[in-house]
Amino acid sequence: MKPFEITARARPLVESLVTILIGLIAGALLMMPFGYEPLKAYQALFKGAFGTVPDILETLAFATPLMLTAVTFAIGVKTGLFNIGAEGQMYLGAIGAIAIAGRIPLPPGIHVVVATVFAMLVGALWALPSALLKVWRGVHEVISTIMFNWIATHLSMYLAIYYLAQPGRAERTVPALPGARYPVLAEGATLTAAILVAVAFCIGVYFYLWGTKAGYELRLVGENPDAARYAGVSIRRTLVLSFVIGGLAAGLAGASQVIGRPPAWSLYATLGNVVTLGFDGIGVALIGRNHPIGGIFAAILYGALQHGGRFMEYHAGVSSELVRAINGLIVVALAVPEIWAIIRRRLKR
Amino acid sequence: MRFFSRLRGQKAFWLFVVLFLIALAVYGIEQANLKPISLLEAALLAMTPLALTAVGECVNEKAGVINIGLEGILLITAVVSVWGAELFENGVMGLLVGMLGGALIGFLFGLVSVYGRANQVVAGMGINLFALGFVPYLLMSIWAFPGIYVFPRKLMVPPIFTFFGRLSPVTIATLAMVFLAHILLHKTVLGFRIRAAGEEPEAADVAGVRIDWIRIFTATLGGALCGLGGAFLPLGWFGGITKEMTAGRGFIALACVVFAGLEPLLALVAAFIFGFAEGFAYAVAVTPGVKEVIPFYFVNMLPYITTLLMVMLVIGRRRFPAASGRPYTRE
Repeated sequence: MKPFEITARARPLVESLVTILIGLIAGALLMMPFGYEPLKAYQALFKGAFGTVPDILETLAFATPLMLTAVTFAIGVKTGLFNIGAEGQMYLGAIGAIAIAGRIPLPPGIHVVVATVFAMLVGALWALPSALLKVWRGVHEVISTIMFNWIATHLSMYLAIYYLAQPGRAERTVPALPGARYPVLAEGATLTAAILVAVAFCIGVYFYLWGTKAGYELRLVGENPDAARYAGVSIRRTLVLSFVIGGLAAGLAGASQVIGRPPAWSLYATLGNVVTLGFDGIGVALIGRNHPIGGIFAAILYGALQHGGRFMEYHAGVSSELVRAINGLIVVALAVPEIWAIIRRRLKR
Repeated sequence: MRFFSRLRGQKAFWLFVVLFLIALAVYGIEQANLKPISLLEAALLAMTPLALTAVGECVNEKAGVINIGLEGILLITAVVSVWGAELFENGVMGLLVGMLGGALIGFLFGLVSVYGRANQVVAGMGINLFALGFVPYLLMSIWAFPGIYVFPRKLMVPPIFTFFGRLSPVTIATLAMVFLAHILLHKTVLGFRIRAAGEEPEAADVAGVRIDWIRIFTATLGGALCGLGGAFLPLGWFGGITKEMTAGRGFIALACVVFAGLEPLLALVAAFIFGFAEGFAYAVAVTPGVKEVIPFYFVNMLPYITTLLMVMLVIGRRRFPAASGRPYTRE
């Protein structure tokens, strides 16, 4: 392989790494006006995220839902959509999972499967109205998915408080029955087998997109809708399919947080243990170059930032929410193609 | 003049919508024993940030720049304005600080989309995601309050007492700005250039219009109006800040823009309808007799459901500038 080809292939990776660096530098600039010490904060962050084996497991636990909500966004982009509805679909998925796992007694083992599948279906069902509004009425998905996110917020809180509340502890839903929980992978960790399902789902989406005719049609609609129409692909059906697969992924992400994440094994009535994971997934997908496999690695990286952010808060006093701000800045940087043109010009000189 | 003929074409539709809403309102008011004045007050309060944001975005999109980061700008400027109000110990200064903050974000967005040739939808979403983390971070760093902060009441911008009840001076300023934006777009040379930048950037460039300056100007203006809307939320309305106080208003404003087909006057109508839905929802939510039957959570959904319905009704009839969202480079 010629050096040029290698650089061309590595380019997405290099771009992602450079934008992450830009994001971290910008984050440091945001710390300075408030008198925080960026070096100390980042040291605490990375040591906290990767320092010990339990920390690495925790980072992976944080990554589990993110790689799935990233798939929701990524498959939308592959079909030419800007689907930011993962947030609401994930809430409803979490509700669906806990409704089965906490309320309906089933034999252990099967119970996990049924709860997971039901959560995915509920997530897909919540994605469907946005899809239908898009193909029938031409309503832009940015508006419809955000509106359904907010409706989902209120609906999920209502269901959690009115129908699924834990007696005596109104701040959370009933816990998942022991037979409906994903097995914990290591003693004391919060990492469960849910991560295996998540990774399998991402790989499955990868093979679907690049290995099947339907997946090819999906990408064709995103890249060249006119060619797709000419080739006889039903664009409407394809768009709905893209939304539905995204909904399945988001529903699974919701399930992974309630039946695949100790110690709560339940959904907080404020939705505290799922909130913003859907939006985080947008950044993760973009860092992972809207590729399901790239998303896995981006999710691990972002999971590290989230887990390490708690140490940053403890040791350097910097609110862990800064990690989310950095995520936003990374997204802005990724949106600007001129950054690469400028960098390349500098390198040539 | 095209605008008026287009408006006339849809008069029947608008009449229907408005009549339906009034009928609904009257029914609701009778059922709930509400005072119509207080409902109008609530509707105008809810309308103000939506109208400011939507009108700014109308002008912006006319020039060919789409900013979906309005939600984030609203959220950031809400916090920044309270910080400014506390710094100057004056609510009006807080509004100005919010406006400046919004203008700065808009300006940066303009730079990124014009000279950076950015994917505007992704960059706008980046602003929203940034705000999602930056706002709680600011709340912690400035006031050490996680998620919620209530500032001294004397910093609020006091309402004016009028025939229509209590009216915030910002609401009056909003109405003025909507009409100014309409005049700017349709009666001035600059407005003609703005529209040209969105429709035919190549031709406008040949005619000597600086597309880059026009677009950065509209992005800054849009940001400033959005910033005023964001500052109004805590200083003219809520009296406090929470990390999710905008509750999708930036996106509802985008829906207003779509609904209005980029016309400022129609955007005001849309903002009033959405504001009415929101004011109606809050008025109903606290009414005895209703609050026991319909859970608060369902009343809260009303603004979003209204938005979906309204956008669903008008979409497809709207034409957007040809160069919408496309970066322009000189050949």
